[in-house]
Amino acid sequence: MARTDPHDPPAAPSGRRALIVFSWLWVGVPLAYGVYELARKATQLFTG
Amino acid sequence: MSAPVAPPGWSRWLVPPAALSVHLSIGQAYAWSVFKPPLESALGLSGTQSALPFQLGIVMLGLSAAFGGTLVERHGPRWAMTVALVCFSSGFLLSALGAATSQYWLIVFGYGVVGGIGLGIGYISPVSTLIKWFPDRPGLATGIAIMGFGGGALIASPWSARMLDSFGQDHTGIALAFLVHGLTYAVFMSLGVLLIRVPRPRPAPAGAPDPAAPGSGDGIRVSARSAVRTPQFWCLWVVLCMNVTAGIGILEKAAPMITDFFATSSAPVTASAAAGFVALLSAANMAGRLGWSATSDLIGRKNVYRLYLGAGALMYLLIALFGGASKPVFVICTLVILSFYGGGFATIPAYLKDLFGTYQVGAIHGRLLTAWSTAGVLGPLIVNWLADREAAAGKEGPDLYALSLGIMIGLLVVGFLANELVRPVHPRHHLPAPAAPPSPKEATHGTD
Repeated sequence: MARTDPHDPPAAPSGRRALIVFSWLWVGVPLAYGVYELARKATQLFTG
Repeated sequence: MSAPVAPPGWSRWLVPPAALSVHLSIGQAYAWSVFKPPLESALGLSGTQSALPFQLGIVMLGLSAAFGGTLVERHGPRWAMTVALVCFSSGFLLSALGAATSQYWLIVFGYGVVGGIGLGIGYISPVSTLIKWFPDRPGLATGIAIMGFGGGALIASPWSARMLDSFGQDHTGIALAFLVHGLTYAVFMSLGVLLIRVPRPRPAPAGAPDPAAPGSGDGIRVSARSAVRTPQFWCLWVVLCMNVTAGIGILEKAAPMITDFFATSSAPVTASAAAGFVALLSAANMAGRLGWSATSDLIGRKNVYRLYLGAGALMYLLIALFGGASKPVFVICTLVILSFYGGGFATIPAYLKDLFGTYQVGAIHGRLLTAWSTAGVLGPLIVNWLADREAAAGKEGPDLYALSLGIMIGLLVVGFLANELVRPVHPRHHLPAPAAPPSPKEATHGTD
């Protein structure tokens, strides 16, 4: 029976680690900006 | 374009950012309202007309997800993400041309039709791949991606507003804003296209759990064509439709609802506080997508939907009974409902995987999203029509929504019962197991 194994060699090479960090920053920074703007707006419920 | 198979050592943690780069982009659709007032003043449109590109986009999302799902499964995630990138960005570029030349039909066609295809294909593009990479945590994996769809509007809303402030709100400024959106999203989504990989197939190691064990979905292969003929598919369709209807009913009417509920109280809700409430609901929606979907990996899909639908009905009951007397009760209950709304969206791919396997889960998910389109019409219709009717009858405050809340409870109970009817899919719908795959070395050769 075939199955897919997502767990390839456990330790990613350093180049891959840099790619992982870069790709998460690529999506994380804009998302953090959106969450920050949301938090600013949400506080109006308590201060508005 | 062949499905890109991961080389040895490829980390599965590169797959969620690939999915997020697409979902964070197409989630912009829910920030369309930022463009409405400038378009209305620049092109002399009514509110109904300026909503048309968004509405058409959502219709096209449902249609392209339903009818394009099989193509996505056949050609793989990189093909799907490329189509999503090209369509979504082209939609903005066509809209830029439409705004620059004051041809509104071009904006409707560009954003609504072309961009809408990008929405649908983009929405389902990473689902199947994520589930294959995270067979141990499918809820968490799809939760991350589908959370991105909620997060996309959070990014686009302030970003687009600031861009319009800088470029101006006449048709030239709008055209420039559309152009920048199209180009930026093309670059942003390209990360997903470049990073996405499907896992290498390999034989199951000795002593591995039985892949045909009920509930896991591993080893089950049901085609999309067969899935729509099973009662399980339609039970889940009802579950999703009821859960989304209940959430969207609040989301669509949140600001007037909280204002009306406390209009006659000693501390009425101001317009800016109502806007803050709407923002808080968006946060609950997004948090629910990740949190509840990840929880489903621990407590099971059926149990988590029992929570969404059962506790959701209880929350609506609390609002109906005590919401008008207590602001904290109203706010907490609506936040919980919205977290269940988001959770319902994010958990459904993993539920489908449990029942139908990973074979064509993306295509099955696409077909199930017609429940979303239906709920998108049903939820606002119930709340708006009933609130207008009650207002015409002279009612005010919480009484405006009493009947709507009762109907939402009824819908959630229907969804709860549908979830209870879900059973493992009968083996007659299963496809035979595939032949043993080639070795990893062979599988990776010449595929990427």
